[in-house]
Parts: sequence; C-alpha cells; structure tokens
Amino acid sequence: MILSILVTIGIAAGIGGFLALLLVIAESTLANYGECKITINGKKELRVKGGSSLLTLLNNNKIFLSSACGGRGSCGFCKCKVLEGGGPLLPTETPFLDEEEKKNNVRLACQVKVKQDIKIEIPEDIFAVQEFTGKVTKIRDLTYDIKEMSIELTTPKKIDFKAGQYVQFVAPRYEKSRQPVTRAYSISSSPEKKNTIQLIIKKVPEGLCTTYIHEYLKEGDTVFFTGPFGDFIIKDTQNDMLFAAGGSGKAPIKSMLEFLNTHSSKRRMVYFFGARTKKDLYLTDLFEKLENELKNFVYVPILSQTEENSGWKGKTGYIMPYLKEYVKDAAHTEAYLCGSPGMIDAVKKELLELKISDDNIFYDSFS
Amino acid sequence: MEISVFILFMAAVFTSNILLTNFLGMCSYLSVSKQIESSIGLGIAVFFVMTCTTALNYAVYYFILVPLDLVYLQYIIFIIVIAAFVQLTEMVIERFSPVLYYSLGIFLPLITVNCAILGVSLFMIIRHYTFIQSVAFGAGSGIGWMLAILALAGIRERVNEKFVPAGLRGAALSLIITGIMALGFIGLSGIAVIQ
Repeated sequence: MILSILVTIGIAAGIGGFLALLLVIAESTLANYGECKITINGKKELRVKGGSSLLTLLNNNKIFLSSACGGRGSCGFCKCKVLEGGGPLLPTETPFLDEEEKKNNVRLACQVKVKQDIKIEIPEDIFAVQEFTGKVTKIRDLTYDIKEMSIELTTPKKIDFKAGQYVQFVAPRYEKSRQPVTRAYSISSSPEKKNTIQLIIKKVPEGLCTTYIHEYLKEGDTVFFTGPFGDFIIKDTQNDMLFAAGGSGKAPIKSMLEFLNTHSSKRRMVYFFGARTKKDLYLTDLFEKLENELKNFVYVPILSQTEENSGWKGKTGYIMPYLKEYVKDAAHTEAYLCGSPGMIDAVKKELLELKISDDNIFYDSFS
Repeated sequence: MEISVFILFMAAVFTSNILLTNFLGMCSYLSVSKQIESSIGLGIAVFFVMTCTTALNYAVYYFILVPLDLVYLQYIIFIIVIAAFVQLTEMVIERFSPVLYYSLGIFLPLITVNCAILGVSLFMIIRHYTFIQSVAFGAGSGIGWMLAILALAGIRERVNEKFVPAGLRGAALSLIITGIMALGFIGLSGIAVIQ
C-alpha cells in the first residue's frame, strides 16, 4: 500500500520534474541570447544581456526613450531607427508606422527584442532625459475635474527643459492598478523655474494614472518621473503666433506664454481656448495678467455651451470660425495646437484653408 | 477500434466536431471569435498544439502510465504535458520566427487551459485509438475547432453591423448561433459515426 503510494508520487514527480528540467534547459539554450552589443548613433556602445526588449535595455542603461504605455505597444511613442539586427517588422508595430518610417527602418523600441548585436539611431537630446524624484508641494483644484500639481525636485535638483515639453509621470501600484502605469503630462510651469515643475491634470473617468493623482496622491508624497520629452516647442522666429487649446491642453501653452513673457517678446500672439461651459474655464486671472504685460497678446476664451443667465459676454461656439479674424499674414503665422485629436484635426483643417503652411502648424495631441 | 484513419480524420473535422458535438473549448471560442483575423491565429495554434500533444500523451499513457498501472493519473499528467509543451513551443517560435510569435504569442498561453485539447487526449484513451488514429483524430479535431471558430467569427462580424436587441447581445447570441451551427453539423452525422 505504502509502496504504491510512493511509486505514484515518484512517477508523477518524475514526469513533472523531467518536463521542468526540459524547460530549464530550453530556457538556458533557446531563450539565452548571450551578451549583445547595442551601438547608438555609431559612437556609444552598450553591452547588455540579450532577450529583453530594446526599450527595457535602454531604460536600464539610463537612456529614456519616451513611452506612455510602458512598453505594451499601444502608444507608439518609443520610435527609433534600427539600422541593423532588429529582425523583421512585426505586426504589432505596423499600425504605428507610416510608409516613409517603414522605409527608414523606424521601429518601436518596446517591440524589438535584442537577440544579437544591434545598431540604432536616436535623437541626441534623448541623452538629456533623466529620471527625477520629487516631492509634491501643492495640489490645487483649477476646475471640478482639473487639478494643478506642483512638484519640487529632490534628485536631481534641477531640470532643463524647453517650454512645451512633457514628462512621463509614474503612478505606482495602488488599489485600482496592479502594476505601475506611466503617462505623459506637459509641464505647465515656466522653464525659468528649474527646481519646481507644475503639471495640469484633467481627470479621465476610469483613467489609472489620473485617478491616482486626483484621489490618492497627497501633498508631501514622493513621486517619480522622467523627462523632458517632445518637440512641441516655440520656434525661434519673429512670426505671429496663434495658440489654440482645449481642456487640459492649457499646460504647454501656459509654459510657452510665461517663457515669452519673461523675455518680453514683441511677437503678435493670440490664444484661443475652447471650453464647454463657464465652469470649465480656469487660470483666467493669469491670462488676463499676461494680456496686460505682453503688449501684443490677446486671450480669447470660447464657450461651446452657454446656459441662459450665465452672464457670459464672450465668444461662443467652436474655435474654428474665429481663427480668420486673427490671421493677417498667413505666410508669417505659426500655429501651436494642443488638445484632443478631434479638435486638432478640425483646427488644422481650417488653418490650412487660411493658407497657413503645414510646416508652420505644430501640435501636441492628447489622446 | 477498426476505423480507417481517413474516415476518422474527416469525422473529427465535420460530423463529430469536438466543439459543435461535445461543446469543448467554449471559453476561448466565445472570447476570441470577435474578428476573423484573431480567430485564425487561435485556430492554427489549437490545431498545432492538439496534434502534437495527442501524440505525446499517447506515448506517455501507453509507455509509462499503463505499464506502471497508474492510469488514474492520466488527467494530471496530460495537463502537465500540455502545459510544458505549450511553454516549449512558445520559446522555439520566439527564437526562430518572431513574426509568427507575435501573431500567435498571445494565444498560445490561452490554449494550455483549453479543455478541447485535454478532451481529445482523453477521447483517444476511452475509444482505444491506435497511435496513427490518435494523431489523425487530434489533427482533425484541431481543424474542426478552427472551422467552427472561423464560422462563428465570420457570422459575428456580420451581425455586429446589424441591430441586435439588447438582451441578445454578446454571448447570448453567440450561443444561439453555435446551437444552430451544431444542428447543421449534426445533419452530416449519418455519413460517419465515431462516437
């Protein structure tokens, strides 16, 4: 009796053990890609253990490509040129790449697995991206669903960024999310302030990161982020500037205007802000103050839904019909758009009709 | 059991379709049948794993379990073999064909717990198939399963464009469709009977 029980256990364990051994052997032979070399821009070389994604390996080596989804292949931000050793283009990447990018060997770093020596090309300013730790010094309500968060940097103590760039904020594991999530938020404070940054965050229903910031994060908490990223920045010209934003799209434009203000810019500027109702407007005092300080700047809030008796005397409807009032010299006008993809498409279409060149329309789409 | 390999194969595909006559493997069948493309991916993965694990389980059963009189361990051992095989396949595919890995990758782990795979191994034992018959039965059942999920995915893609009453949306309508499909397949069952 005892013997048969032992035999049974022995056989079951034996088969299980044999299969486990087989898997361990496979793991160390099949899934072992040895040491691989990543050559960046033809000069910097990294020696890494193969088998992981390019994005992870670069992150481990303190090179932070932008990524909003954390490597799931759903945001398409972590594009980089893979010149050699990236393997074939995968079906998970194709939706994010256009024909020209495919021809230029652009890939998504989170989908490319490093299995051999690999040569890549990334923009030089990626090297300036750092990992920051900071302390939340203030959280205040701007509207019923938008908060402004101030973060004082602890390590490193200083951030160099251009107005309009964004950081990637990491929300840790908490009740509603079993793993840390990373999301991109534009910096709303002026680049002159290097020790503190501000972010403007609109609550997204069911959003993992915004829920964390709105409902769980407290003043005094420690937070982590990487940055700065992005090429939505002011072009150094004397052209007229047209800003248009909706929702929390105010953040990068606020940063830009404050930057222009400290440099007492003489450029002709207008800022169209589209909101639904009066209670969606925020930071109005600040923009009115900027109107007074900047000689050639006008702030134009536009409401799409006005209740009767709301006392609203400003413009109503959508942004598009008001654009042409401002554009005087289409060849010398730059447009900076920020907001939902739908709003950007609509405004861009109208601007192109006003003969503003595609090369002078810059945008930051919040999707 | 005296039955020609070819008949067995065809019967497994059509008349005794594992999904439509035994209703095995329903969970992934219902959840991955929203689009034709992904159902093809899962179908191929099921076909491959089913064929190979049937052969492996045949060997394990007749060369290890039967001589040692441990037939009652078949359930647990079959599951372990299937799980290990899926893991191993995943590693091999990842190494040699990244493109295939990314199109099948998410479906392979799903299959470990697909009861149709275990069901085929168990039927093989109950019905006393020979080795060749088992492999034919495994391959046929795999193709049959793929056929069924493809048919449902095709129908669901079309139904999605139409108005469906609220109470019928989703799994409810899928199950009704499956039932009607099963009736259709039963119509063929006079041609060959294997169970």
